[in-house]
Amino acid sequence: MGLGGWIARWPVYRQLTGADGRGAAARSARTDALRPRTAEADHVARSVCPFCAVGCGQLVYVKDGRVTQIEGDPDSPISRGRLCPKGSASKQLVTRPDRPSTVLYRRPHGTEWESLDLDTAMDMIADRVVATRRETWQQTFDGMVVRRTLGIASLGGATLDNEENYLMKKLYTAMGAVQIENQARI
Amino acid sequence: MAERMGFFTDTSVCIGCKACEVACKEWNDVPDDGFLFRATSYDNTGGLGADTWRHVAFVEQFTRQGDSWLMASDVCKHCTHAACLDVCPTGALFRTEFDTVVVQPDVCNGCGYCVPACPYGVIDRRRDDGRAWKCTMCYDRLRGGLEPACAKACPTDSIQFGPLEELRARAGERLDTLHGAGVAEARLYGESPADGVGGDGAFFLLLDEPEVYGLPPDPVVTTRDLPRMWAFAGTAALSMAAAVALSFARRA
Amino acid sequence: MAECHPVGFQWVMEAKARGAEVFHIDPRYTRTSAMADAHLPIRAGSDIVLLGALIHHVLAGEHDFREYVLAYTNAATIVSEDFRDTEDLDGLFSGFDPATRTYDPASWAYEAGGDVSGAMSEGEHAAQARLHADSARSDQYGSGGATAHHRARTDPTLRHPRCVYQVLKRHFARYTPEMVEELCGIPRADFRRLAEAVVANSGRERTTAWVYSVGWTQHTVGVQYIRAASILQLLLGNVGRPGGGILALRGHASIQGSTDIPTLFSILPGYLPMPDARMHGDLDGYLAHAAGDTGFWGNKRAYMVSLLKAWWGDAATEDNDYCFGYLPSVTGDHGTYATVLGQIDGTVKGYFVVGENPAIGSAGGKAQRLGLAGLEWLVVRDMTLVETATFWKDGPELETGEMRTEDIATEVFFLPAASHVEKEGTFTQTQRLLQWREKALDPTGDRRSDLWFYHHLGKRIRRRLSEDDVDRPLRDLTWDYPESGPHDDPSAEAVLREINGTGPDGRALSGYTELRPDGSTTCGCWIYCGVYADEVNQAARRRPGGEQSPVALEWGWAWPANRRILYNRASADPEGRPWSERKAYIRWDRDQREWTGPDVPDFERDKPPDYRPPEGATAQAAIGGADPFIMQSDGKGWLYVPAGLADGPLPAHYEPHESPVANSLYGTRANPARREYRRPETPYNSARFPYVITTYRLTEHHTAGGMSRTLPYLAELQPEMFCEVSPELAAEVGLVNGGWATIVTSRSAIEARVLVSPRIRPLRVQGRTIHQVGVPYHWGWAGGGVVTGDAANDLMPIVLDPNVYIQESKAATCDLLPGRRPHGRALLDLIEEYRRG
Repeated sequence: MGLGGWIARWPVYRQLTGADGRGAAARSARTDALRPRTAEADHVARSVCPFCAVGCGQLVYVKDGRVTQIEGDPDSPISRGRLCPKGSASKQLVTRPDRPSTVLYRRPHGTEWESLDLDTAMDMIADRVVATRRETWQQTFDGMVVRRTLGIASLGGATLDNEENYLMKKLYTAMGAVQIENQARI
Repeated sequence: MAERMGFFTDTSVCIGCKACEVACKEWNDVPDDGFLFRATSYDNTGGLGADTWRHVAFVEQFTRQGDSWLMASDVCKHCTHAACLDVCPTGALFRTEFDTVVVQPDVCNGCGYCVPACPYGVIDRRRDDGRAWKCTMCYDRLRGGLEPACAKACPTDSIQFGPLEELRARAGERLDTLHGAGVAEARLYGESPADGVGGDGAFFLLLDEPEVYGLPPDPVVTTRDLPRMWAFAGTAALSMAAAVALSFARRA
Repeated sequence: MAECHPVGFQWVMEAKARGAEVFHIDPRYTRTSAMADAHLPIRAGSDIVLLGALIHHVLAGEHDFREYVLAYTNAATIVSEDFRDTEDLDGLFSGFDPATRTYDPASWAYEAGGDVSGAMSEGEHAAQARLHADSARSDQYGSGGATAHHRARTDPTLRHPRCVYQVLKRHFARYTPEMVEELCGIPRADFRRLAEAVVANSGRERTTAWVYSVGWTQHTVGVQYIRAASILQLLLGNVGRPGGGILALRGHASIQGSTDIPTLFSILPGYLPMPDARMHGDLDGYLAHAAGDTGFWGNKRAYMVSLLKAWWGDAATEDNDYCFGYLPSVTGDHGTYATVLGQIDGTVKGYFVVGENPAIGSAGGKAQRLGLAGLEWLVVRDMTLVETATFWKDGPELETGEMRTEDIATEVFFLPAASHVEKEGTFTQTQRLLQWREKALDPTGDRRSDLWFYHHLGKRIRRRLSEDDVDRPLRDLTWDYPESGPHDDPSAEAVLREINGTGPDGRALSGYTELRPDGSTTCGCWIYCGVYADEVNQAARRRPGGEQSPVALEWGWAWPANRRILYNRASADPEGRPWSERKAYIRWDRDQREWTGPDVPDFERDKPPDYRPPEGATAQAAIGGADPFIMQSDGKGWLYVPAGLADGPLPAHYEPHESPVANSLYGTRANPARREYRRPETPYNSARFPYVITTYRLTEHHTAGGMSRTLPYLAELQPEMFCEVSPELAAEVGLVNGGWATIVTSRSAIEARVLVSPRIRPLRVQGRTIHQVGVPYHWGWAGGGVVTGDAANDLMPIVLDPNVYIQESKAATCDLLPGRRPHGRALLDLIEEYRRG
């Protein structure tokens, strides 16, 4: 920085000459470079808020494989770009550093979590479903054909997608599980 | 210089949802402000600070005259005569092309002069890094033609952003509407260029005295006497600058 | 609404700016009250008194919208002379069997003027009704009512003493402003202001809307709360018209979708009932009972066969009943609370908990956790380590000594879930609108979507099958969704297309009227048929709101048939003319001979207003041109419900199961048909508990906190579990603002910070002061929360509405003590002392 620049950035000089610091000299290089980070997004996904059922439109900005911003979608005739505090906190919901990312396993009577790879966990769960279904199968009940198991139950939240609920109901029904419930009952 | 931009916060339609607080933090990456239950109505934020650039006040008024629960989202006022800026010795605080007042964190050295200078008690030093922080009116967003995060999120448009003159006109109309509807207590705060800070870049429509919301009734720029003082300080400073320049020149 | 649906509330503010008067009826003065023209504090659990008094006000003053009422409702229909009202039987309707605590609704039917309501004998009727009641079959009315004969006798003068209009008049005669004051605690003057506003804002030129949430549903008379609102709105002509309606504000992103495509035990997709082994048998038997033959439900065979074809494809043929026999049968209550008791009893071995946290979020927290501890295996899928996953490690029963980690045999799998931006799919929001979410990025680590999980679990299960008959439904299941991406994600669009259904040519169908009963069409959920019309994902449409009319037909897709206001035929008069130009919406265009307007008409487009069904017509052909309620078997709006409900044809006020107040209206105190579970794990309160307790949500949090307590930006806004009490109650109990209170019921005792506020107002009820305690239910002991606290649901009883098995979380009793609660054994001692009374 030359002398002129140094003096120009000295606040006293700035205050005296720049009338309340409006002068360009008050700005740092970082300040000059400021732009909304949304402008640098690689792409924007049009999404919907996952909290209540108003169904506010969200724009999800992604840069280098990370979500950099989630804000309201002004195009939505429902929400007109606005979000409540929960919707506004969606980025934290998705990006918070302590969000679990690995499978955890607790063996019967165990006192601590253990790690387990996803593939093994899936196989173990499938084994248990098949075994429990067999053990608890009811072909009849009180003399009536029921073709079911009361040994396997499910409770889903109401943030499940329709497609997810559909596969759940379809698979459970085919396996004969009837105690399939949802937050919608609660 | 672009048009002066500002906030008009119409508290008569504020529903106290605090979307502004969260949207601000998400955009500006402001840390949480602690997890303290304050037992002060629904306000667990307390007030503006280094880690809270929007704050919603909750005022319960249950009297014989009627019940009300006032809510108001407070923010930096972006004063016409901004004392924080006046006293900043490093040039970290500057006035933008939108006529807003912004701290540059890469310049701020944490001296803290600005903190007592603010007539509203807005600007504050962050505990861990010591630097001063406050609302930037989302300066980065403004430079990209976007509105500030709080105003965008606000579900009921209690926080409105736009050219200040337009907002003043709109606020006047809103005030007339409310007065016409019998809401005699409605008033504007910080809207007048004739006030002690030369008018706020972020002004409010309130439904009671400012004190009720924790706002100073008659804020005055703390550096009001500065021009006179500068006359002395400036002369001294310039002679000093000349001396310094001379010494540099000799070395060069 | 401002509290829990702030962005939706912008439209209330818009309406208010245009002159709408807003009333808020709630036990507490909330952020909604602050914006309303009037707040009416009400005793939790007394809403039917208020609504009944509004109905009485309308009927007594003849303020009803008579032309609408006569043409579009069953007001003129004559009820059987066997019917006895609660006025006759001191709070019971005719047909109650005290031994089973169920109703035989035979006597509620319309008069048998040669045509009987339904084709059953009385004995059959009673047996059916019991089965109906003991398996939450009312769930099937999510898209249309029960069956009644569509041409019962009527008296258009409304003078016949047994016509519905006169029955209503007698039934609600004692629901007076004085009774509102006595039971709700709402002063007469405040009631009058409300009643006058409702009447003044209804009719040809104006409409009134009612908005509710779980404050109406979570009661042992919850369904009848909504029924009461339906009666009022039908009498005032506020259904099917712009600005009218009874609007359920749903609290979860796709809770509407979760009933449309239900993960519920009692129904199949599209509100088709689950087969019940006791009444159904084969497909024909099922269809005979499933719904009426008239109205659009008359096409139920097409809906059902298309569903079976979607699930079992080529294996489903006419010869094998389209694999109807593959469906498991229910035989009673398999609801979530019965399931938990089954876990305690050891009959339920394995449990999937998917984006849910029953250890905190369901009533009777201790019973929930005892159930979890009784399982052999538990799979929890969530974005955070919810308490349901960690109960064995840190649950409150460990501290009290009721459980020991080493003793708990439950094997637990925790699988981290993908977030809403890491998968694609549709949510169905509160106005039945499906909106497609684009995927922003793939999830990292072991995080996967639930679609991925069930798809791959299904594949694994299918690899482990035997050749025997038990496994055949799984073997024959269509389960071949295309996979892509780094995790082999199944295509959500392929699933949505299957839900939409395909025609004989294999192309996506355009609407449910194209469904056929002969196996030539497939459809996974008939009410969603059309969401993939023209092979286009209609739910992904996003034409900006500013570029289309306020109805915004090109934003997402609403079921059914993209209609935005249901039953909108009622927005026109019987001749098809708008009731008024101010409230014009759908009208009959005489020249074009079709219904037209800014919305998709909820009516056959070319059915003229003067259409009269021929004798013996079925399905939609049986619905007249002036009958807007096309999903009803008679096309009418039902002021009186002759069939389909478990607890009466009309709403009657019953006290909550736990209440410090006697029923001033009848000798019958609480809903006689309510569903109780008398279990030691979850007992009911004695009279020792003097205060009313009600649970709710805050703007800053979400449900049991898994998606909000974990986020610092939300947690800091409401960091601690608290209770809201009036200054008077605080003084009575010795509570101080900012201090601690212990809240006690016979289930448990929890501690909460105290927020003393005049927003909670003591009410004068039956001449004495009734205090209400408000508790948000967002906290739990862990859950990955930045903030933690005691769980409100630990206090609440398991007692259910008899129609839909929703628990009474909105009104129970409790006691309050100053200070923090005891821990360990001392906590159990305290509760034991209360239980002894």
